[in-house]
Amino acid sequence: MLPLFYIFGAVAILAALGVILQETPVYSALSLIVVLCSLAVVYLLLGAEFLAVIQVIVYAGAIMVLFVLVIMLLNARRETTSDRSRMARWLGAPLLVAFFGQFAYAVWKHFSGWEAVHTPATGPQKIGEVLFRSYALPFELTSILILVAILGAVVLAKKEI
Amino acid sequence: MALVPLNHILALSVILFGLGAAGFIIRRNIITIFMCIELMLNAVNLAFIGFSRYLGDVDGQIFVFFVIVVAAAEAAVGLAIIIAVERNRKTLAIDEMNSMKL
Amino acid sequence: MGTSSEPVVLTLIVLAKVVVVLVVLLTCIAYAVWLERKVVARIQSRWGPTLVGPFGLLQPLADGLKFLFKEEIRPREVDRFVYHLAPFVAFTMAFASIAVIPFGESITIAGHKIVFQITDLNVGLLFVLAVTSLGVYGIVLAGWSSNSKFPLFGGLRSSAQMISYEISLGLALVAVVLIAGSLSLREIVEQQRGLWNIFRQPLGFLLYFTAAIAETNRTPFDLPEAESELVGGFHTEYSSFKFAMFFMAEYANMVTVSCLATLMFFGGWLGPVFGPPALQALLPVVWFSLKIFCFLFVYIWIRGTLPRFRYDQLMSFGWKVLLPVALVNVLATSLVLAWRAS
Repeated sequence: MLPLFYIFGAVAILAALGVILQETPVYSALSLIVVLCSLAVVYLLLGAEFLAVIQVIVYAGAIMVLFVLVIMLLNARRETTSDRSRMARWLGAPLLVAFFGQFAYAVWKHFSGWEAVHTPATGPQKIGEVLFRSYALPFELTSILILVAILGAVVLAKKEI
Repeated sequence: MALVPLNHILALSVILFGLGAAGFIIRRNIITIFMCIELMLNAVNLAFIGFSRYLGDVDGQIFVFFVIVVAAAEAAVGLAIIIAVERNRKTLAIDEMNSMKL
Repeated sequence: MGTSSEPVVLTLIVLAKVVVVLVVLLTCIAYAVWLERKVVARIQSRWGPTLVGPFGLLQPLADGLKFLFKEEIRPREVDRFVYHLAPFVAFTMAFASIAVIPFGESITIAGHKIVFQITDLNVGLLFVLAVTSLGVYGIVLAGWSSNSKFPLFGGLRSSAQMISYEISLGLALVAVVLIAGSLSLREIVEQQRGLWNIFRQPLGFLLYFTAAIAETNRTPFDLPEAESELVGGFHTEYSSFKFAMFFMAEYANMVTVSCLATLMFFGGWLGPVFGPPALQALLPVVWFSLKIFCFLFVYIWIRGTLPRFRYDQLMSFGWKVLLPVALVNVLATSLVLAWRAS
């Protein structure tokens, strides 16, 4: 289990670096797809099989398709480097690593040694039971949210309203 | 069947979130910035699922479900806005979008 | 998976299964091409391949050799990485879904019980849908990276068509899942021992098959591929082996969709089983293969018979007709199930 986590965690981090460092937007989008799929594998390792597959279907298979199609539609080119100050670049990266590295280390220390509460695996049935009973109201509200999003997207992207 | 320790999961989540935040700040292309937002959302999802497993509560996974749905709606509307903005300003660089006046 | 407790034996069994399934699938694809050419030719009152081998049966071999030896034309202005990546993505995703398809019951060899399925996920159906969703990338990336008008439009149209019909595909399958109460492919087939789902879900089957033809970009939904019929849509700029990969990916998708249709609606491998234990283990696989063959034949028959949809007709059909009917189907199924349970 653990070696698989290390492998896919490393893939996720490398691909995330790819997202933020690549100059072409299409390559960033492809790297983000790799991040999403490797996170889906990590969810599987944690026993969330339904969410892992939902992540691939919805996030990597639909939302990212939307991103890629918009990038192609807008013909997004390579970024031109802006004239930022050199100090910001040379000072920024190490400070960033230091800040988030310290954060990660603090989290690591604080949560080390936690034991998992022993529960049976959560399949789609368990999720369905909780989703449609305790969380029925938020579920219905998300359907309204999606309707609003569809209407908004159609209106905003039209050439003439 | 050894489970992945919680601190590993959370450390990965923090690192991914940090990378997403860094990308959000340093990138110039508005679509890439949007993708870094999605990266941050995914880092948070990972933390939710880690805690859901360790606390034995399926509510964490339900929340991830809702986060994914909201991210989908947000991506749809956000990309539509980006298309509209690009049509007016003919550029995708955020440095050029620093005033409300066209 | 075998009932032995040694992980090495388990791994070997799984690897052997993977090799066998891939070899059989590749052969099946090669001969699906032959079948298509023969059947379409007969529908059009001509012979089809007859020269290479008896009845043209060695034609796929000749075609394969041709693809391997053809010169690979690499256009200069393409986006290198994505241009080379796209056919592999299409090919991999087309073949990945075969991992959860069950072909039969099980066979006992040398004391190990080997199930005719590479792995049985209890979200197996969602896995197939996930892999189908990822298959869109092969096409859209191929169209974009070719850096040319026709492939770009073909790619965009094709991917828009695929993601539109994915929804109706999923909804048609949701009704089946409601009846079966499980997402595992093996359990859905087991539930059909009494009555095949085609009799419980006739509308669902029609919806599924229509959406599946659109998903696999086949006639009558293949306008993105056959634009102007001179230029090949998203795979215009590809030649030789990469084109062959797109081709194989399309036929593999057809086979996967046929497998899913038999599993969901036609009882999978269920059929009369008789004879000694070895025959009893192999007969379900034979029934399964026969049903797949029937579906491939229907696919090819439809291709030879129906004219093509125009693109706007295609999209409006998918969103304005198929999606509402699929939703009504799910609603009706759940109402009937709830009424029966009360």
